[in-house]
Amino acid sequence: MHDGAHSQGPVDLPLVLIGREKNRRVVMAADAAARAGGLRVGTAAATATAMVADIETEEHDPAADAKALERLALWALERFSPIVAVDGTDGIVIDSTGADHLHGGEAAMLKTLVGRLASAGITAHAAVADSWGAAHALARHGAEPVLVAPRKHGTAILEPLPVEALRLSSSTAEALRDLGFSTIGDLFATPRAPLALRFGEDLTRRLDQAAGRRCEPIEPLRAPETVVAQRNFAEPIGAAETIARYVGKLVVTLCDELEEKGLGVRRLDLLCRRVDDRIEAVRVSTARPVREVSRLTRLLCDKIETIAPGYGIEAMTLVATSAEPLAPHQKLAALTEEILPDVSSLIDVIANRVGEDRLYRLAPVESDVPERSVRRIAPLAPETGQSWRLDWPRPSRLLKRPEPIETLALLPDHPPASFTWRGVRRRVRAADGPERIFGEWWKRDAELAAVRDYFKIEAEDGERFWIFRAGNGEDQATGSQRWFLHGLFG
Amino acid sequence: MSSLSAPIADIASLRARIDTIGSGRKRAKSALAFGVEALDERLPEGGLARGVLHEIAGGGRNGGDGPAASLFAAGIAARTKGKVLWCLSRPDLFAPALAQVGLAPDRVIYVEGRDDKTVLACMEEGLAHGGPAVVVGETARLSMTASRRLNLAAEKTGSLAILVRRWSRPQEAEDFGRPTAAATRWRISALPAAPLPVQGVGRSRWRVELIRSRGGQTVDLELEACDETGRLAFLADLSDRSAAPPVERQKRRASA
Repeated sequence: MHDGAHSQGPVDLPLVLIGREKNRRVVMAADAAARAGGLRVGTAAATATAMVADIETEEHDPAADAKALERLALWALERFSPIVAVDGTDGIVIDSTGADHLHGGEAAMLKTLVGRLASAGITAHAAVADSWGAAHALARHGAEPVLVAPRKHGTAILEPLPVEALRLSSSTAEALRDLGFSTIGDLFATPRAPLALRFGEDLTRRLDQAAGRRCEPIEPLRAPETVVAQRNFAEPIGAAETIARYVGKLVVTLCDELEEKGLGVRRLDLLCRRVDDRIEAVRVSTARPVREVSRLTRLLCDKIETIAPGYGIEAMTLVATSAEPLAPHQKLAALTEEILPDVSSLIDVIANRVGEDRLYRLAPVESDVPERSVRRIAPLAPETGQSWRLDWPRPSRLLKRPEPIETLALLPDHPPASFTWRGVRRRVRAADGPERIFGEWWKRDAELAAVRDYFKIEAEDGERFWIFRAGNGEDQATGSQRWFLHGLFG
Repeated sequence: MSSLSAPIADIASLRARIDTIGSGRKRAKSALAFGVEALDERLPEGGLARGVLHEIAGGGRNGGDGPAASLFAAGIAARTKGKVLWCLSRPDLFAPALAQVGLAPDRVIYVEGRDDKTVLACMEEGLAHGGPAVVVGETARLSMTASRRLNLAAEKTGSLAILVRRWSRPQEAEDFGRPTAAATRWRISALPAAPLPVQGVGRSRWRVELIRSRGGQTVDLELEACDETGRLAFLADLSDRSAAPPVERQKRRASA
């Protein structure tokens, strides 16, 4: 639900940002090189320049930081979930409910998130938990660099964390430390009334939010130029048909505005605010910019069943989170031209059902190694016009991994006379080969001398297999000389 | 005494009436011929009817993996125009082999479903859309309800629906015996290739069995597997005899 980010420039010299805290000039942020020199956030500026030689200092600019963080949140909004907001000064919060499965589960989603940020030069920690408060705490004090808290984790997972993890003001945290409270567990073990009396309602509220006892809606962020259509209801609505009807009306409004701006949507979010202040969100994506009312309505209505209306929905907002220019185009170029039906609307419907990464075309790769000769491309990518070289037969089923087989060969250089695969022994009637495939030394050092000799063989009952020997049959440097089965021919 | 042709005409008119009443099903408008007469003449539409579901399974010990069945399906798809939607849950299909029977990689869009249910749902979506000329699915099981749904979806748009049955457990293989609403049901098994005068494996041969065909006859044939344009062919066993027999057959048909 949350991640904290520290930016890190690609610099050689240690870099710190200097800012003003009360009446002192102190280090506000330090990169890895500076931290290695012993600098911490809060060190006085004068000390910092004295401690580390050749240090680069920059003025801390909180406004620019906030802007950058907002840009990052907008990026996450487009990529991961319809509900994203800036969390404090150093993090973003993402409501990943119902969004994680499109990224292969929560753990995979966090890994992708942190990986993408890392490739942009941002070191981030991320955690998923049941509540905003818990995720906030775990991301900053538990994630290495990612952490997925089990569902219904309760308060036990928070207990060892320091009190600072609770999003308290620094004065409250300091006061708690002075009184001997160091972990969240200490606070949970203490009666609430005296705590509330001494530290105010803020502390108990933060405790409840972290434990998930108090609802904390996330107000989703939106880029200023985003096209939005909204509708408030005097009477909360809940029936699927009613939702569908208003979805239809909102899509019409949205499409009108999109047409005015010459845009088409790539990502469309429907946010339903419930009477209990929770937001139910639905996201649909399209492979190409779309502005067709019927198509967008269909995509959204497919997902209505995932909306839990609870006690009713009091407002619905339709947000064109990602939009691209869409110029009107000519449908038919020439009368004689044969038009093949457009499948992009089908692609969208299926992609929203199974996930974008499970919909693909396969394109050839210049590689002799069979398992590397295929790559996935987007289903609507421009036609490549390429195909594989067709001079050697290829099996219609390729095993995920070559499976070792036991063979009986008359001569080491020849195809086997019989083999045993998955416990069944087959005699070889005829064989074709060898097709020698060399390792790709430019990809992996270990493949420098590697060789595979592929044979197409036919068993007595007519079934045809693709087998290979790892190695050239003589030299141990070329492979283990063992036999493997790699595919089945039709 | 009525003439001999009368009952046949009666049957034809009855069949037409049943077709219009029965399930409200219209007769398929077009069919994709195999180009193998012995096959086409037994199929009621003179080929593989569009707008209905066809079921293909593999035979023999490798039947569960269906290497021949999927290639048979690819050969059919290769002879159509337009996009092909291929829904599967076990992505072990090797695209270069499909290209070798004439199915260009640019034409095939793969959908990887998590399970059979998703695969069937995606197939239905593809058929109902009508954009893809052929929708192929690979599942272990196919219920009566699911097959009816696929039939209905295909009927609306006239897309060709092909379901390749594949299984990993014997229990799932038994499911192939249960009735479904598919118009035709095929079993494709590998046969030993034609012997070559030199060492090597010749062009693949299949036993093509049409086990069930609505309104048609069953077929059991030995054929040469798909060539690089997806066409099947009669056995041209050059080592035993010349390729003459098909000519004689054509003459007979012409006079009938």
